[in-house]
Order: sequence, then C-alpha cells, then structure tokens
Amino acid sequence: MITPNSDQTGSLFRLATAGSVDDGKSTLVGRLLHDAQAILSDQLASVARTSAERGFDAGEALEQSDREELAEQPLDLALLTDGLRAEREQGITIDVAYRYFATDRRSFVLADCPGHVQYTRNTVTGTSTADAVVLLVDVRNGVVEQTRRHLAVATLLRVEHVIIAVNKIDAVDYSEEAFRAVEQDIRAVAAELGSPDPRVIPVSALHGDNVVTVSERTPWYRAPEHLGQALLPILEELPDADASLRSEEPLRLPVQTVIRPHQDYRGYAGQIASGFLQPGDRVRLQPGAHVTEVTAVERTELQTQLAGGEGMPQLAAPGESVTIQLAGEFDAARGTLITDPDRPAVELDELTTRVAWLADSPLKPGARVLFKHGTATVKALVTAIDDRLDLSTLSSEPAQELELNDIGTVQIKLASTLPVDDYSVSKRTGAALLIDPTDGNTLAAGMIRVPEPEEEPEAQSDEEWLSS
Amino acid sequence: MSSLARLEAESIHIIREVVAEFDRPAMLFSGGKDSVVMLHLAAKAFRPGPVPFPVVHIDTGHNFEEVIDFRDRTVERLGLRLVVGSVQELIDSGELQERADGTRNPLQTVPLLNTIRENRFDAVFGGARRDEDRARAKERILSLRDEFGQWNPRSQRPELWNLYNGRHTPGQHVRAFPISNWTELDVWRYIAAEDIELPPLYYAHHRPVFRRDGMIRAVGPHSLPTEEETVETLQVRYRTVGDMSCTGAVLSEATTNELVLQEVAAATVTERGATRADDRLSEAAMEDRKKDGYF
Repeated sequence: MITPNSDQTGSLFRLATAGSVDDGKSTLVGRLLHDAQAILSDQLASVARTSAERGFDAGEALEQSDREELAEQPLDLALLTDGLRAEREQGITIDVAYRYFATDRRSFVLADCPGHVQYTRNTVTGTSTADAVVLLVDVRNGVVEQTRRHLAVATLLRVEHVIIAVNKIDAVDYSEEAFRAVEQDIRAVAAELGSPDPRVIPVSALHGDNVVTVSERTPWYRAPEHLGQALLPILEELPDADASLRSEEPLRLPVQTVIRPHQDYRGYAGQIASGFLQPGDRVRLQPGAHVTEVTAVERTELQTQLAGGEGMPQLAAPGESVTIQLAGEFDAARGTLITDPDRPAVELDELTTRVAWLADSPLKPGARVLFKHGTATVKALVTAIDDRLDLSTLSSEPAQELELNDIGTVQIKLASTLPVDDYSVSKRTGAALLIDPTDGNTLAAGMIRVPEPEEEPEAQSDEEWLSS
Repeated sequence: MSSLARLEAESIHIIREVVAEFDRPAMLFSGGKDSVVMLHLAAKAFRPGPVPFPVVHIDTGHNFEEVIDFRDRTVERLGLRLVVGSVQELIDSGELQERADGTRNPLQTVPLLNTIRENRFDAVFGGARRDEDRARAKERILSLRDEFGQWNPRSQRPELWNLYNGRHTPGQHVRAFPISNWTELDVWRYIAAEDIELPPLYYAHHRPVFRRDGMIRAVGPHSLPTEEETVETLQVRYRTVGDMSCTGAVLSEATTNELVLQEVAAATVTERGATRADDRLSEAAMEDRKKDGYF
C-alpha cells in the first residue's frame, strides 16, 4: 500500500493534528510517518541515538545503522517531530511543525499542532488550511476542555472532516467499553457544537494499533459491522475539501497585482479562490458594479497539461494562479475582487464576524484594527462585542471583552466597502485577519457572517459604464 | 488538480503577495536546485513582464566553479540585477574569522544581514523547504525577523488560510519561503516536468574525490585530502551544491532529470544527512543558525 517516496503526483491532502498535552500527539505523528516509511534512515538513526541517550535502548542496530532492525527497536517517536531545542528539552510541542509523506494514493501535508492551551493560536494556524483534523483524546481522560476547544476551532473554521483518535487504548487493555464511553461523549460535544459527525477510532500511537492497519487487538472495532478502518486508509479516501466544494462556488478571483510590461498589455494576476474561468466569461469587478468580458486567461503549462485529465482542460480551476486580461479599461488593481455577475459577493462597510482571538492583550470595543480580506487591507473599528463561547457549557454568553484563545462574535465598521461572502459559503472570501496597526501583529482569525441576502444593485453593463 | 500543480499555484501566489505588499523585495539565489526552482516560479508569476526584483547570492568563496558559472548565465538570461555578499571579503577585512573546521556555511549569516541592511531589503525570498530539517519544519511561510535578523520560533505570528501578513516595523524584515511545502522529490518532479536547467554538478559525472567522515568530498582548492586520505576518481553527483568545504557527493549513474528523479525516489537517506557536514555539528545546528539570522 505504501511507497514512501512514491513517484506519483496524486492529490495533495492537508491534515492537522490537535489535542491536549501528553495525549501522545507527537507520538501518533511519529508513528504515522514511521509506519508510512516516510522517515529515512539517517533521520531514524538520529532519533535512535537520542532515544538511546534517554533510556530507550536501540542497542546494536544503531551501531550497524540497520534500518530493519532499527524499526523494531523502541524509539521515542516524538523526537521525530519536536524540532526545537526547547521542545526536545521539555518534551512538549511549542509550535506547528509541517511534515510531508506520500502513499500510492495521495501526498500529505501534515500540520502537527501543539496541544498546550497557550498555543491554541498555533492550532488555529494549522487548522485554517486543513482538509481534515485529527483530534487526539486520551482514552483515560476522555473529553477535556482542550478537546472542546479544538473541536470548537475545527467547527468554527469549517474543517471538512474531523477524525477523533482515541489514543492510549493499550493503557486500558484495548477495552471496547472504555472506548465507547469516550466516543459517546465526543459525539455529544460535536452535536452541540454543530460540527459534522466525526469519525472515531481507537488508537495506540505507541504500539501502532489502527494507525496504518486495523489492529488484531481491537477485534470489536475490526468486526465488519463496525466497518472499522485504520487512520491512514481513512485519510487516503476522504475527499479533499478544496477541490470538491470550491468548484461549486461562484467565481471569486482576488486581484493580487497588475502586470503591465508595456502599453499594450494589462494582466490581472491572482489565485482563483473559487469557481471556474475561461475567455469569453462575463465578470464583475467589485467593489462596484462594472461588468466586463474576460479576453484571455493565462495558465501555467503544468496547470493546463494536468487539468487535461480532469475533463475540463479549457477552464481554469479553483486554486490555480492565473493572469487574465479584460475588455475595456478601468481602475482595477490589487484589492479588486473579480466575481460572477450573476452571483456576486455582498458589499458591506459594516459587518459581523466570528473571531478566534489570538493576541495576549484582550479585545475591547473601540479597538482600531486593520482588516485584511483577500488582497485588500482596510482600516476598521471594532464597535461591539456580541458574545463569547463558553467552552464548558458550549453556549454563547454576553461578553465585555475577548481574551487570548476566546471565540466570540464582534461588530466591525470598515473604513471602506469590501466585497465579502459568508464564511460558511466560502472559506476564502469569507475569511479575514484582524491586524494590530501599530506593530503589525496578527490579532485574530475572522470568519465573516453575512446577513440574509438583500436586493443587489443592478449591475451595469460595460458598454454603459464605458460611455459614462 | 495534481499535487504538483497545487504546489506551483501556491508558490506563485506567495511570490506575488510579497512583491505586491513590500517595497524592496529580493530573492536569494545560489544556483542550487531549490533556488533555481524558486526563480523559475518567480519568472512565471510575472510573465510576460520581467522578474521585478534583484537576486542576492551570499558567496562563501568556496563555491563550485560550475555553480558560479550557472548563476551568472541565469542572471544574464533573465536580465536580473545580482547583488553579492562575500564571506571572503569579511574574512579578509577581519570582520569574520575562519572556523577551525573550515566550514563556511555558518559564516554566511553576517554578510547576509549586511546585504539586507545595506540594500534596505524589506522582504527576502529563500528556497528553504520544511522537509529539509526539523527546525525548518517549524517556520512560517512569511517569517518575521527582528532588526538583528533573528528568528524567534516561540513567538511566531499565526499564519491563517492563505492570508499572509507581511506587516513589519522599520528595521524588521520578512523572510518569505514560497516552496516551504515542497519535498525534495517534488522539486525533482518539477524540474523534470518543466525541463529546468541546473548546474551540471547535479548529474552523474566523473570527478577526483576522497572519503572523509563517511562523506565523498571533491578534491578542489578549498577541499584537500590529508596524507592518509586516498584520492580516487568516481562517478558521482550532488544532491545539494552548497559550500564545497562541507558538501559531499553521492555515487550515482543518473545523468538525466528522469534518472535523478528515480534515484531520489528510491533514496533511503535525506539529502542533508547524505551530503551536508554542517548539519551534523549538533542536533539543533539549523535552529541555532536560524535564530542568528541564517535563512
């Protein structure tokens, strides 16, 4: 099933891990990489050396640098991922580490996120780009506050697939009863948060049960009626959210920059956030009501060539970085959003957004921030804080301020109008950053809520506009 | 979309974001495969226009001749401005001291930071990949550096979705790593798919070498065998082409992109483990260098 350096160019799947401290997250990631044979022998030897120094005994295999032998030795698999001095010294994960491995089916980018509460912002970082989140729960502790927090973050960020790895199942003698109790709790929390029904897997990261193959030691999970699957095969089969969902969304292309090498060429460069694009399409330039026609779409040869197999070679697809040309002349620049005129973005100068507050100093009403949305950054004022999510009760309560790691709803007044979408409709054009205008630090992840649709202003045709 | 097409699109997006948001970007270009791929992506990002920034090479003075020649030809072909920061000049002026082990890679930090300061660059693209090293696996795509060029891994900004925040205060600058998410194999797949030219060192050739510390070292003006070390001529190629004094070759018969790709796919040792002495200095060698301002 696995070829470590498989030479295929299958799809790219982004995965994030989350969990509480000491629930074995680094070990699970180490196990996944190790058992998927993504660890090369020099890395393995380095881990074996350090493991041995710390009391794990890799013995002769290390001296012989024998890969087969080494693989059989007890290793501190967390050493594979904890890359910083402080992490290795303290045995904790401080920041997100990105790992790469591939199977015959798929290439994986894995964001290994820290569990400690003070590093929740890094979990938000890793989760924001993930197609799936693997959330670890220690079977002996069950659902703890960090589990709720991480599940809330995954739900809020609208991660497509949530997988709960109930770890350390070896520590409870592979007990089905212990697993079912945790499973029931986690499903209840997920239901309350309104997150999609998670996959729940009993796992021993230490011994590799149900990580790459289904374990003999959990026959109750293995039984056909449970359709138990190990973690890796599940990850290989899940649809990647990017491709399947974004293609149904209307066209959104934020203009990054205008390429103008000479008088006769004006190209608008950007990455297609959603929808498809081809020459002849009519598009709207937002903010504003100008509609015009796409006269050329420049894609890279690689994109054109590889899209050929997908049956839509003529269309530029979501995720592609393109440069397009438009009929007519207008004042489109960085910050302009090119949209489908039949399904445009909503233009707002006051909006409601859910935020994950990531800064040490609390957010209070009246705060002046920068609001970065797509390729536009505008000044903004936080006019009110509506509520914050109480993670123990999972209900929203009124709040005066938001503290580090709080999730809440705020009202924002923008210095100029932005074309936005609801985050539940578009992860790209519904997302925003709140930035500190003085030191430039990122304060919050913002997920825009758009009120029920109102009457859109009539879009002008380009002919009318050109003559006006 | 295939993984390679997605990686390409993501890298082009990052390069365009940085160029659009910064006043004085520059790109590190050593002639090594990662920086060659990065520059190739930059050329794509702005075509039919030119690459809109200069390239920077921090020259250790111990480079392979083939690489310097390739660097100069590439710069000329793309009509770029080349800025060179020289380790040798700083050693000659007494600002830097040669290390006892003769390795010059860690010495690149000072000329790099000098070059950034003198040219007032506010963003510097680097071709580092997260799969190369545990410390690199931790770095953001846009990495804020303080006025001393230092990386503080414990207080990195959150990096959310594809909204890259490059804001910085005067004196600070940003390192941008557009191919962070590529693996060595992705790089070679891309080189093969796009038929990208590399320095000839990357392909199997015959060369006089000697063995030291389990590595195959080229014989050259900055890399001389001791009396106990025997010189032999072997068919080798390089997986990385850094400083001659700390870069080793691997035995190889791969003379084309396709053959190299097959060889890399079957490799059981990482490129750095195989060929970079400087990373063997300690468990956290890369982290320590990066904290000092290395790329």
